[in-house]
Amino acid sequence: MALLEIKNLHAAVEGNQILEGVNLSINLGEVHAIMGPNGSGKSTLAQVIAGRDSYNVTEGQILYKGEDLLELDPEERAQKGVFLAFQYPVEIPGVSNMYFLRSALNAIRKSRSEEELDAMDFLKLVKEKAKFVEMDETLLNRPVNHGFSGGEKKRNEIFQMAVLEPTLAVLDETDSGLDIDALRTVANGINKLRDKNRAVIVVTHYQRLLNYIVPDFVHVLVDGQIVKSGGKELALELEEKGYDWIREKTAVSA
Amino acid sequence: MYLGKRMQEQKSNIYLSQFEQFEKSLNGDASSHVHAIRKAAIAKFAELDFPTTKNEEWKYTDVSRIAKTAFKPALSTQGAIVTEKDLAKFSFGHPEWIRVVCVNGHFSKELSRISDLPKGVKVGSLAEAMKSEPALIEQHLAKHAKYDENAFVALSTAFLQDGVFMHIPDRVVVEKPIHVMMISTGKGEEFVAHPRNLIIAGESSQVSFIETYGSLGNETYFTNTVTEVVLAKNAIVEHERLQMESDNAYHVATLHTYQERDSNFKSNAMTFGGKLVRNNITATLDGEGAEATLNGLYLGTGEQHIDNHTCIIHAKPHCPSHELYKGILAEKSKGVFNGKIFVLKDAQKTDAKQTNKNLILSDEASIDTKPQLEIFANDVKCTHGATIGQLDEEALFYLRSRGVSKNKARDLLIYAFASDVIERITVEPLREELHRILHKRLEAAHELEAE
Ligand SMILES: Nc1ncnc2c1ncn2[C@@H]1O[C@H](COP(=O)(O)OP(=O)(O)OP(=O)(O)O)[C@@H](O)[C@H]1O
Ligand SMILES: [Mg+2]
Repeated sequence: MALLEIKNLHAAVEGNQILEGVNLSINLGEVHAIMGPNGSGKSTLAQVIAGRDSYNVTEGQILYKGEDLLELDPEERAQKGVFLAFQYPVEIPGVSNMYFLRSALNAIRKSRSEEELDAMDFLKLVKEKAKFVEMDETLLNRPVNHGFSGGEKKRNEIFQMAVLEPTLAVLDETDSGLDIDALRTVANGINKLRDKNRAVIVVTHYQRLLNYIVPDFVHVLVDGQIVKSGGKELALELEEKGYDWIREKTAVSA
Repeated sequence: MYLGKRMQEQKSNIYLSQFEQFEKSLNGDASSHVHAIRKAAIAKFAELDFPTTKNEEWKYTDVSRIAKTAFKPALSTQGAIVTEKDLAKFSFGHPEWIRVVCVNGHFSKELSRISDLPKGVKVGSLAEAMKSEPALIEQHLAKHAKYDENAFVALSTAFLQDGVFMHIPDRVVVEKPIHVMMISTGKGEEFVAHPRNLIIAGESSQVSFIETYGSLGNETYFTNTVTEVVLAKNAIVEHERLQMESDNAYHVATLHTYQERDSNFKSNAMTFGGKLVRNNITATLDGEGAEATLNGLYLGTGEQHIDNHTCIIHAKPHCPSHELYKGILAEKSKGVFNGKIFVLKDAQKTDAKQTNKNLILSDEASIDTKPQLEIFANDVKCTHGATIGQLDEEALFYLRSRGVSKNKARDLLIYAFASDVIERITVEPLREELHRILHKRLEAAHELEAE
């Protein structure tokens, strides 16, 4: 059984149909890259997987570990191991990063009948993970993403992922706007998580990231549909030729 | 006392006849200085009567429910039994603090614990002080909270009997906070208490007091309290006020402060309880360099109505004032905020800043907020701003997408909203208590929302 099975997914936002029949199957241990032009629906797909309710699923299905994912609240999905690194992480003034993350981790642990971590154990864990994604420790005590630079926000997403250790991580353009050092750390963080009991979806515009995280599959999302899938060479081809050739090809074959 | 025919038709007439009974009960005391004030106040009350929503000051707060109910004045503690255990829930885990307890508006010697105070400091019953400190009483009592403009102050002054008196002599610093507990309890009978407080801080003195209003059950009653705080030159007074009365209580509270040169007054006013609540604060900065900070937090749940009216009078030059009021309105609650700033002709170089922010948690909750600036000087800095918003859906989703439950995520965002008021409170156990109260009161609201 696939870890994630997306079948004929249609989704709309504010009356505009964005996803027009997405099919995608992801197994444990795999890394899938999703590429595609601006506005093609990549973030919409990511947010629908995470459970954002402003996106309306109008048709189709998502099965996660064989269970209907769309029936679950966002927090239930997280508790079952789904994680979304946001393209635009939200700033939350007044809520400390540490307090938030501890609440999140303990909610997840509790849902699995694991013991909650006390402040001391949590601090130890957090310090270790912060080091691992080279995140400045002073950011931990600041309000969530508040006043963070673009790069700090992305690092914070990976840091949260490292702490929460999800089964399915969806990373929405976590590489965009990062300098090469930051990119390496972020990629490192992702690779560390990569094992046979997890799967990763990386949404990206840049082949560059895929030098560090070598994907098993590359998919091209255009106008709300996956129009082409292939191996890692597809990313190179896309970088070279852009998306128009795929558009033309699909138009012809349609 | 002569009551004209017109007056007898008023809603206030029940109070007028009650005043006659009250007067009789006073016996010998009826000729004192204080009693002359009472008589003047009841006459004013008869003239003013309860305000209606036609009165601009009461436009959004309809007090007809108070006017219609025949609340009986609590002329004593009414034999109420309050135990140490009852007080525990208002003690913030610090039963060892210096505390002054009033039950139904009357000082309780048994429950109060007043010791360890610096030499010369007087803390205790106002009724006592009327006898032992006639000079201070004559100088200050009812001199700052004017009873000729506001019917509730007039009524409270007419029935003025007891409450808390504090006098901090010049240059004395009281290090530990003084906890004033105003406890109400009654058996079925709808009563009104008029606790009256007078706090006098001498030159370069310093004191911090916490005033907690609470009920033992969910009884229906009316608290109509008046507090006057006088700060002499260079005095520092910090006032934390936590109102957590029964959800069936009516609560009208008036605070008047009078500040001399270089004094500093800070107030943190938190409102959680009460069915219908009106808080009036008037701060008068009457000396150069005096500074006032009025902060507040209000949480409305159920069908609560919470009205905060503040007024800062800048009478002299070079006075800063800061004001931050934040409101959270859930379910069908209603909030009102009115912030007046008067800058009088002489008050050049005034620096006044007022902010009111509101978080509306349901479609049926609402807030009416209005700043009111009247400036008669020409070299001043006055800023004001009011906002009304809802929980940030994106932030909520972000938190939930990490595994935090919807209710917990809402709580986190609500605490975050309230935090800049709460974080400014220096008494730590009080900050913790505020988080607990927020959590507890919102829990019920969340559950209803979920349905
Ligand atoms: N909340 C919204 N309201 C209205 N339209 C939206 C909303 N969110 C997305 N859209 C529209 O949906 C379409 C797809 O957006 P989406 O963010 O999924 O694209 P994307 O592939 O992630 O693009 P990018 O590469 O620029 O991040 C776009 O046309 C966008 O304008
Ligand atoms: Mg996107």
